[in-house]
Amino acid sequence: MIYDEEFETLPREALEAIQLKRLQDLAERVYATVPFYKKAFDEKGVKPGDIKHLEDLHKLPFTMKQDLRDNYPFGMFASPMETVVRIHASSGTTGKPTVVGYTRRDINTWAELMARTLAAAGAHKGDIVHNAYGYGLFTGGLGFHYGAERLGASVIPVSGGNTKRQILLMRDFGPTVLTATPSYSLHLCDVAADEGLDFRSLNFRIGVFGAEPWTENMRKEIENKLGLEAMDIYGLSEIIGPGVSVECIEAKNGLHIFEDHFIPEIIDPATGEPLGYGKIGELVFTTLTKQAFPLIRYRTRDLSVLYREPCRCGRTLVRMGRITGRSDDMLIIRGVNVFPSQIESVLMASEGVAPHYVLVVDRKDRMDTLEVQVEISEEVFSDAVKDLQQREKRIEKDIKDLLGVSCKVRLVEPKTIQRSQGKAQRVIDKRQP
Amino acid sequence: MRVEQISVFLENKAGRLAEVTRVLSEAGVNIRALSLADTSDFGILRLIVNDNQKAKAILKEHGFTVGKTDVVAVEVADRPGGLALILGILSKENINVEYMYAFVQHSGKDAVMIFRFDDIDAAVKLLQDNNVKVLEGKTVYTL
Repeated sequence: MIYDEEFETLPREALEAIQLKRLQDLAERVYATVPFYKKAFDEKGVKPGDIKHLEDLHKLPFTMKQDLRDNYPFGMFASPMETVVRIHASSGTTGKPTVVGYTRRDINTWAELMARTLAAAGAHKGDIVHNAYGYGLFTGGLGFHYGAERLGASVIPVSGGNTKRQILLMRDFGPTVLTATPSYSLHLCDVAADEGLDFRSLNFRIGVFGAEPWTENMRKEIENKLGLEAMDIYGLSEIIGPGVSVECIEAKNGLHIFEDHFIPEIIDPATGEPLGYGKIGELVFTTLTKQAFPLIRYRTRDLSVLYREPCRCGRTLVRMGRITGRSDDMLIIRGVNVFPSQIESVLMASEGVAPHYVLVVDRKDRMDTLEVQVEISEEVFSDAVKDLQQREKRIEKDIKDLLGVSCKVRLVEPKTIQRSQGKAQRVIDKRQP
Repeated sequence: MRVEQISVFLENKAGRLAEVTRVLSEAGVNIRALSLADTSDFGILRLIVNDNQKAKAILKEHGFTVGKTDVVAVEVADRPGGLALILGILSKENINVEYMYAFVQHSGKDAVMIFRFDDIDAAVKLLQDNNVKVLEGKTVYTL
């Protein structure tokens, strides 16, 4: 279902006209109210009045995570504190948390966008939403809460933790929509099984999952084990929280970005140059309508791809691919940008499943070398040396074809690649900085 | 007329072969024959053992990648020209030997060689037609 038919299906020209108008207003506003942006615009020699076309966005400076830290806690706010009705903050695993603010209108916008999100994922009025995203400084819990209420669903604000009680409520209240991180949903399923409850016997129809990277394989696992349609959403507190983009239940192929509120770009993380549609790079957002905490060209560090092909759901909004990694992971090997996720896609295509692998980068005789170590699986193992050597050669060729970088593929024994807390380390860079 | 062989993937680093033999010995599995093919990166250890299922299970439990292949055990006269005779028969019919290795035990007064062919059925038929004795699996495991 499309919650906001008018804005989600605008013809591109109409949408771009709205974006330009909003971008011009935004540039004026941040230049006048946020000292950081006045300085950044001046340093780039650009004035708000220079924005004549949408492409002029590229003239504006980027905003980095570090800029938010430097202006901790409220330095980036564009509205006076007395108009700010809500404050959220990121977990801040490294250093200080990132603080974001919302005016009353921002909260209203967010609720609308989350209502759109839930509707796109297949929820509707009358659904019972079991909201297991954490409530508190984290934007997940309250974001979903307001959106579900706006949609007209019944929200169970269960938040995270106390898993056994969650199982009891799921059994007794019969919720139809699960909102949680993908990893927590699998944990819920395991705990339910321990309690002798088959998760698939519950009333759930769809699950809306986000806030951490997950894969297509994980989606299959969740759908099988939990007996629901698993939908991917994307958002980050700096931009608004959840509610930036979402998959539609009709196509389940790429996440529609709410472009009347956010302009997405894909850039080369090394040079900052904008890349075209279909190219993998760092996702950058400009918030068009936020009052308290607007951002110009915020570099998310998340890697994705943008697609503009029309979608069968009828939305005219651009789609982004599933997040495939972090731009911090990008390697430059002999001058070529290499993302571990690209190598992973080659291995996926070759092996059928995502094997465990690690990229070892070194420098020999002033030349960068790339070795791809791949854990061997029983499916591809052979007793003949030539079979395994051909496999190595074929992967080397596929990587060379895709990336233009020669590498050496080395098969290694299973479980020899180090995993930290279930997450594998993908890159070992031995080059001296 | 097929003999089951298990193969184990080994990285080229110290102690891996020792680990395989240790695991098998602790499980009471007896190695009847083996060969190791190696490249600069990795090795493939091929084994004929007295209890395939147990060997496979225990190796997998210890995190090894284990494969299973059918091979052919052939009696070879233990005298000059014994092997040459058999290879001559195969080569005349263009049957390719993927690899081969010798068995530790004799079968009576003859030696036993393990052959890996692409086309096992054709190879076995050819050898038997030429009066070469091909051993059955259950004979080989208990030699």
